[in-house]
Amino acid sequence: MADLIRVGMADYKVGSAPSTIISYGLGSCIGISLYDPQAKIGGLLHIMLPDSTQARPTENPAKFADTGLPLMLKDVLALGANRARLVAKIAGGAQMFAFQNATDIMRVGTRNAEAAKKILKDLNIKIIAEDTGGTYGRTVSIDLNDGVYKVKTIDKGEKEI
Amino acid sequence: MTDELNLSANQLDALREIGNVGAGNSATALSQVINRRIDMNVPKVSMVPLEVVPDLVGGPDAVVVGIFMRVYGKAPSNILFLLPQKSAFYLVDTLMGKPRGQTTSLDFMDESALMEIGNILSGAYLNAFFTFTQITMLPSIPALAMDMAGALLNVVLAQLGQMGDRALVIETEFLSEDDGINGQFFLVPDPGSLETIIHAVGVE
Repeated sequence: MADLIRVGMADYKVGSAPSTIISYGLGSCIGISLYDPQAKIGGLLHIMLPDSTQARPTENPAKFADTGLPLMLKDVLALGANRARLVAKIAGGAQMFAFQNATDIMRVGTRNAEAAKKILKDLNIKIIAEDTGGTYGRTVSIDLNDGVYKVKTIDKGEKEI
Repeated sequence: MTDELNLSANQLDALREIGNVGAGNSATALSQVINRRIDMNVPKVSMVPLEVVPDLVGGPDAVVVGIFMRVYGKAPSNILFLLPQKSAFYLVDTLMGKPRGQTTSLDFMDESALMEIGNILSGAYLNAFFTFTQITMLPSIPALAMDMAGALLNVVLAQLGQMGDRALVIETEFLSEDDGINGQFFLVPDPGSLETIIHAVGVE
């Protein structure tokens, strides 16, 4: 029986096949998956914000792209993934409400996506698929059997990236 | 640090009372607009970890209609009025004088009508808020979206997330039993606004 591991907002989970890791209802948040296709080990991180250095100190580093990713990377490697084989997929980063004068915080989705890409690049992890932007929410999951990253929406259908 | 602010029982009571009067005003206004009896529960005032907030609205993937308003003034805040999809459709039926069940998606007019409801609710609410605190607060033009509750909450939570790990949530549920309409009204002050509000209330 394959496990379904749930990840809440500002959190991450790691695991191995046959588990699937899922996170529900991402808006401006981003779901970043790491996966080693050979070891079938991976993780899913649900970040809220791009940059911990622009925020007050927090008890929860998984809230930010810059502090959350290194943490998840460490745990994925500890489970036995090979760093050189790791690939990333990202989805989310929508702007849910359309405002005429969108302030910085309204554009947080875009900033989240940019930060996720930059930090993955800094960590030298390749992004092999991405589904970001738009104005709609997403539920994302990664199947650790094959690395398929599923993106579900309310009225834009469901896709695998 | 505001995030660490511990509210006394009296302060929570004071906030609850403000919420109560605010929501009472809103319920009356809504009731007059749709000409139906609107009930409300006693507001819940809680300081909750950000990641728990989506669970307050039936889980992060429940489909809801959200009407969002940014509140400007001395105590900047956010207002989010969330209706389960079905409730929003029934409310549109009522507003537009259509038979119940006829609305199955939202067109431009429907959205506009729902945003107006958001305006009316928040205006009534903030008026009561002013009576208690003498803090003038003005809501922005509403924005509306229909999507997963978690995704809509992101807007508010991301903002709070920059300042801390917890949110003060003043939540009221509205209910029109006969029409099967219910909704949740959230007032979420920015972290820095909390002290202003508490100070204005004058309760130790």
